Amino acid sequence: MEEMISRLGVFFQMPFVRYAFIVGVLIALCSSLLGVTLVLKRFSFIGDGLSHVAFGAMAVAAVVGLTNNMFIVMPITIISAVLLLRTGTNTKIKGDAAVAMISVGALAFGYLLMNKFPTSANVSGDVCTTLFGSTSIITLKEGDVWFCAVLSLIVVLAFIFFYHKIFSVTFDETFARATGTRANLYNLIIAIIIAVIIVIAMNLVGSLLISALVIFPALSAMRVFKSFKSVTICSAFLSVCCAALGILISILANTPVGATIVIADIVAFGIFTLIGGFKSGFKS
Amino acid sequence: MSQLICRELSLGYEGKEIIRNLSFHVDAGDYLCIVGENGSGKSTLMKTILGLRKPMKGEILTGDGLVSKEIGYLPQQTVVQKDFPASVKEIVLSGFQGRCGLRPFYTREEKRAALDNIRKMGIEDLKNRCYRELSGGQQQRVLLARALCATRKMLLLDEPVAGLDPLVTADMYSLISSLNKNEGITIIMISHDISAALKYATHILHISDELFFGTRSQFAESKAGKRLSQMKGGGD
Ligand SMILES: Nc1ncnc2c1ncn2[C@@H]1O[C@H](COP(=O)(O)OP(=O)(O)O)[C@@H](O)[C@H]1O
Ligand SMILES: [Mg+2]
Repeated sequence: MEEMISRLGVFFQMPFVRYAFIVGVLIALCSSLLGVTLVLKRFSFIGDGLSHVAFGAMAVAAVVGLTNNMFIVMPITIISAVLLLRTGTNTKIKGDAAVAMISVGALAFGYLLMNKFPTSANVSGDVCTTLFGSTSIITLKEGDVWFCAVLSLIVVLAFIFFYHKIFSVTFDETFARATGTRANLYNLIIAIIIAVIIVIAMNLVGSLLISALVIFPALSAMRVFKSFKSVTICSAFLSVCCAALGILISILANTPVGATIVIADIVAFGIFTLIGGFKSGFKS
Repeated sequence: MSQLICRELSLGYEGKEIIRNLSFHVDAGDYLCIVGENGSGKSTLMKTILGLRKPMKGEILTGDGLVSKEIGYLPQQTVVQKDFPASVKEIVLSGFQGRCGLRPFYTREEKRAALDNIRKMGIEDLKNRCYRELSGGQQQRVLLARALCATRKMLLLDEPVAGLDPLVTADMYSLISSLNKNEGITIIMISHDISAALKYATHILHISDELFFGTRSQFAESKAGKRLSQMKGGGD
């Protein structure tokens, strides 16, 4: 026990680790915000596809050799989000197929690029990091940390500003449209926010694990809570707790940080499913 | 001046017309029932009035102080996903969203008005309940309260009693009728139920190969009206 505390102490004496911890928690907070919307609008498959697109874009950026690869990754992911949303809402089945094609294509393309134009000696290590996130919180790059912190704050503010509009177009888009809500505009905003979340979360958990970070807290909260507001608050809270816990455990047990956070989210999902089961059991 | 005028409308999908050359008008305080067989294009007409679709030909005008986005709407069987977490209050309040523009939050007056509408629908004790756990009739009342938040003037109801049992159906009809009589809200309702249409409506629009638009008594005198009410009488 003492050993654990001293190990944590050593880590948290480094200012960088403290920042990285805060940013990790911030990322978890904003990735949980749109979870309900993603699940209920059947957008979760888009989130998955987008993370693969972001992987491909990351590979391109690495090969081109930009100092800050966000200048490529962010626009590509946002554009893909807008395009996917459009196909996804028009024709359901074709949309699914389009997402599958784009995401698998982007994966293959990205891996090919990384393999043929390696930027470091350790190609498989690079691929692994892009897919599953930094192995440890201290391997996060300082520039990324600040970038993520600023974007997370923007996402949280945007979510609060558009909260009621997001509810309206998620709950009943037809009604919203009929009564004068600019549903297309807000769908676009949702798509952009999703893209931003995916890009920033990619640094923490990697592109394959992002969906878990986005969807698990919302699914857990929906097991127990019944209103949009309470589900949103609960999933944000849950996501923050799981991220903090995951990061701490990853430092202590020397496990990959992204995977540890996701496992924490899964455990929380199990617990909330049980609680939800008990609650409805009492009622009936 | 009428609140709503439809002139020589043609409606359809992908170049195929399903309603041709339809004209009618609705005045303030009217209660218009739209009747017709399944697939005759009633819902399509309603969506066109709401501006969700464009007519292939013709025009839709609003007047008498009515703005087209101030029309309240009760969709046909809202396909709300089964597990959507939303409380009654949240849903009713969202009826005001259309008038919010970019304003991020609801005003205190809007919150009070939403509660008023919840009360009017007799679902005050359900206001914190989860929508998906309510019965069909209760859900329709919630959506009606939401529609009321979106308008003070005109309600469009697409088969509001579909799937409800007879007692709840009668309740729903008298609720709608009281909105029309006591609050002066113009009603346009799609219904399969000819006898209810003849009981409550002031005007009838019958959509089939031959279009009919006129007052209730004109409809009762018309060929289609006689045939339909007879069928109804024979069936019962
Ligand atoms: N989105 C659509 N695309 C193509 N055809 C449609 C669409 N929606 C409805 N239709 C067709 O238009 C006709 C009228 O449908 P609808 O307005 O829903 O009828 P009603 O409400 O009177 O039962 C039907 O034949 C239906 O198949
Ligand atoms: Mg219909």
